[in-house]
Amino acid sequence: MPLTALMAVVPMICVTLTGIACMMAEAFRNRGERMPIGGLGVIGLAGAGIAAGALWGQNTTSFGVVQADNFGLFVTIVLVVIGLLTIAFSSQVLERDDVPSGEYYALTLFGLAGMILMATATDLLLIFLALEVLSLAVYVLTAIRRDSFAGAEAGFKYFLLGGFSSAFFLYGIAFAFGVTGSTRLDRIAAVLTSRAATEHPLMLVAMGLLLIGFGFKVSAVPFHMWTPDAYEGAPAVVAGFMSTGVKAAAFAAFARVFLSTLEPMRAAWMPALSAIAIATMILGTMVGVAQTGLKRMLAYSSIAHGGYLLVALVSGNEIGKAAILFYLLVYGLTNVGAFAIVALAGTRERGNDSLTDYAGLWHRHPTLATLMTIFLLSLGGFPPTAGFVAKWYVFSAAVGSGDYLLAIIGVLTSVVSVFFYLRVVVMMYMAEGAAEVSRPIVGPVAALALAVSAILIFYLGILPAQVMTLAADSIATIF
Amino acid sequence: MPPELILFYVFGAAAVVASVFVIGQRNPMYSVLLLIASFAALSGLYVLLDAPFVAVIQIIIYAGAVMVLFLFVVMLLNAPREEAAAVRVFGSPTTRRMGALLALTLLVELVWALSRAGQREVWVSGPPDRLPSAVGSVRAIGLALFRDYAFAFEVTSVLILVAMLGAVVLAKREL
Repeated sequence: MPLTALMAVVPMICVTLTGIACMMAEAFRNRGERMPIGGLGVIGLAGAGIAAGALWGQNTTSFGVVQADNFGLFVTIVLVVIGLLTIAFSSQVLERDDVPSGEYYALTLFGLAGMILMATATDLLLIFLALEVLSLAVYVLTAIRRDSFAGAEAGFKYFLLGGFSSAFFLYGIAFAFGVTGSTRLDRIAAVLTSRAATEHPLMLVAMGLLLIGFGFKVSAVPFHMWTPDAYEGAPAVVAGFMSTGVKAAAFAAFARVFLSTLEPMRAAWMPALSAIAIATMILGTMVGVAQTGLKRMLAYSSIAHGGYLLVALVSGNEIGKAAILFYLLVYGLTNVGAFAIVALAGTRERGNDSLTDYAGLWHRHPTLATLMTIFLLSLGGFPPTAGFVAKWYVFSAAVGSGDYLLAIIGVLTSVVSVFFYLRVVVMMYMAEGAAEVSRPIVGPVAALALAVSAILIFYLGILPAQVMTLAADSIATIF
Repeated sequence: MPPELILFYVFGAAAVVASVFVIGQRNPMYSVLLLIASFAALSGLYVLLDAPFVAVIQIIIYAGAVMVLFLFVVMLLNAPREEAAAVRVFGSPTTRRMGALLALTLLVELVWALSRAGQREVWVSGPPDRLPSAVGSVRAIGLALFRDYAFAFEVTSVLILVAMLGAVVLAKREL
């Protein structure tokens, strides 16, 4: 086999190898010795990013089951950005919270490797394996704080429910294999060309089971139950990582399987997905309004954003597909930043997670309050932030394909969601802070990462055309 | 009724009944032992499917190695009975009834789909050229594993590494 046949997996291999390197570094670290293990992760992610850039437009395939098409590479780059931001924010809070840093970075990188593989895999079996790699890493990261009972409980719940949903996904793969004789997406697509195949009862069952598996990972209603508990119990940086990274990878595979391979079965999955999208947007927003903890609120906000992404998926037209990619990038930048500020605002003893803990943040730390405002406004979809443009693309895609109901509900829930984002902003500026809440300390690395995220949010909000064109180009390769 | 069909029903019923009892037990030790019975019945089904190698592997790995580990864990945890509080984790009677209803729905759907599937032409243009003919032979499994699914096989090693690392992280308190 020529070495060029391995090119499509280079980004994933880069990240996996640095994950192993982090693990080994921790093993050879003396007690009390400080080691910049996060730096290793940055090197690996930079390598993956450069490799993804070099592979751009070449559409290489490895082993027949991993395809580095522009769609997968775009998501890979989004994941690299999410990973870099996560490492930058983690570097500050790990020591404070007494988290084992070598293991933490190794698990983060392994999780990212799984996510990258999931975004580029074109075989159901491989998608499942990638899903398991990233899920296992995230389950453990949720429970990584040794002194946190809530973390252990959240990790355990997430693990049980995640295992349950994986079983559905695997069952779906088994039925798809039974009908089509292959787990490879191209071969399944080749069989699904006649009505006999697309209306085959077992294929319908397979589609439904796959839908459940994906629905769980993107926390769509009614498979969202784990989300608030997991995000609340996990360390805030981990919650930021899993709310964006897992979503990006799962949506990439979701779009690949449903919009490309199962596209002939659109008549069957379209009503179900529309109903799920509507329920996800409404429930995520309505329950989010009632939350008093910031992490829980962001968890419901994350559910609602999953609903908007589903709207783009359902619309299925050119702009909708490109909107998925654009939205994932914007959501990644914004949500990692918002969770990072939650992490920075807390201390080891006190999570400072309640909304009232943010009262008067403007007086204690004006810069942090300003940045938090930018992130929250972007999540709420205010112009000129990137969140506005992303939602604009999603809803215009829904209107373009005639899904007016989805577009209307999307706009209405966005308006309602502004209430709970603005509530935090009002708290930060107008309320008096409690005395026991200390002034957060922001290190140089975290400050740089926050500044970069904020600048990118404005850049994508004001000049989205360039990135949007890139997204539109990258979907042209597979759909 | 051909003897193979009779055997299929016997093994199938044994697997289903044993699995139902696994979740019905209060004592985890009984659960583990019943799970072994379920796995043994499954391996019987594999033999009927002309996959003797898979059947043997099923016995050796699952009923043998994995279940012994399970037993060790159950004994080391010293949890002879599930606490009453632990049962309540799985929700109120309403949620449990709801769950049972949904499970029943899935079962009905599966039965419907499988009963309808028999009347349909599955393959559009004949079966695919490389349908695994004798899945049971060691040769066929080796070829499938190291040629068709070579990359998936390698990715499994990453999966196991993550699981191992995760177990160490969660289990160790102070190293």
